Amino acid sequence: MSGDHLHHPHPLSDVEQRARALEELLTEKGIVSAEFIDRVVEAYAQDIGPMNGAKVVARAWVDPGYKERLLADGTAAIAELGFGGPEGGHVVAVENTPQIQNVVVCTLCSCYPWPVLGLPPTWYKSPSYRSRMVSEPRAVLAEMGCSVPDDVEIRVWDSSAEVRYLVLPERPASTDGVSEEQLSAMVTRDAMIGVARPE
Amino acid sequence: MDGVHDLGGMEGFGAVDVESAEPVFRHAWEARTFAVSAGALGAGGFSTPMFRHAIERMEPGHYLTSSYYEHWLTAVATLLVEAGMISHRELDDRAGGFPLSHPAAVGAEDVDAAVPNDTPRFEVGDAVRVRDVQFAGHTRCPRYVRGRRGIVVRVDPAAPIPELEAHRGERVLDPNYSVRFDAAELWSDVSEANACVHVDLYERYLEPD
Repeated sequence: MSGDHLHHPHPLSDVEQRARALEELLTEKGIVSAEFIDRVVEAYAQDIGPMNGAKVVARAWVDPGYKERLLADGTAAIAELGFGGPEGGHVVAVENTPQIQNVVVCTLCSCYPWPVLGLPPTWYKSPSYRSRMVSEPRAVLAEMGCSVPDDVEIRVWDSSAEVRYLVLPERPASTDGVSEEQLSAMVTRDAMIGVARPE
Repeated sequence: MDGVHDLGGMEGFGAVDVESAEPVFRHAWEARTFAVSAGALGAGGFSTPMFRHAIERMEPGHYLTSSYYEHWLTAVATLLVEAGMISHRELDDRAGGFPLSHPAAVGAEDVDAAVPNDTPRFEVGDAVRVRDVQFAGHTRCPRYVRGRRGIVVRVDPAAPIPELEAHRGERVLDPNYSVRFDAAELWSDVSEANACVHVDLYERYLEPD
């Protein structure tokens, strides 16, 4: 997608003009190369996303030993499947149970476990989610279509320092004999943030 | 700093607006800005705390009405201008106006040096209270837990103190903890039942309870 923003059919918005100005200035001065920019865009648009985290979760669902390692040292267990990198230096996996629903937020910015979930969706970065998830999690979850029964404890994790969190959802019912690959296709990004529960 | 970025517990933002099937990048400029920022932060040797603080220093109205990647764009441009790697005029001329973040309210001389510490003082199960301290610069101690009591649930490896890395450019280790706060401790009579919030905090933010 290199340079396609240079040929917009419509007039550039203010922010598009600023983004273009900074990119052109930095590439002209040799501070950042066009090749680097293209490579990073491609990696995060295609290779680094929630499909990685889904593989981690599916493996934990089928392999009790892996699940134990994941909960003991998330970073190392995730590295076993080949994932790691920026914002993944220390990942902690938190396990949902019939009595516990974990959910992740970053109230100060938008910290997120990039190697397993990719870049965060817009709602995760919104002032509404960031302000309310710590003070009224049950109400926000219900609004997002995830009703958590009153007897289920909600554990919110505000990633305010170095740790990035991955929620390990419960394995859906009636999936005995389902392959690991098929299971990974059932794992959603939202379930790994903790704003969705498997049916 | 008690800025608008420190959103935990603030009211008035309404429902969370969820867009289904949202692409990774909604506009080409967002993708370019993400990558340009990654490259520029590396080239300029700007640390994550410096970058975060440059976002926090944005004009509050601009911060709340602009997207995540516009925050990045503004903060990276600000750091590059402050470091003398580019000029504000160059940006203005090309973009027809390029708002930057406000200058930092504190300098290196306003932040005390510290001794590295990687020996945790607290252990899992300890009762702690978050120190009620104001700081006009970069901090990772959210406002909503200051003065509140919680329980240590995890001891994490020591990490560089954000205040010192942001303002003195020094990486000085301090132990990290995950601290659990009951909803009622944080939100008193309006708290939801059967809920708790865990916040990851540096040892320097905590005192024994």
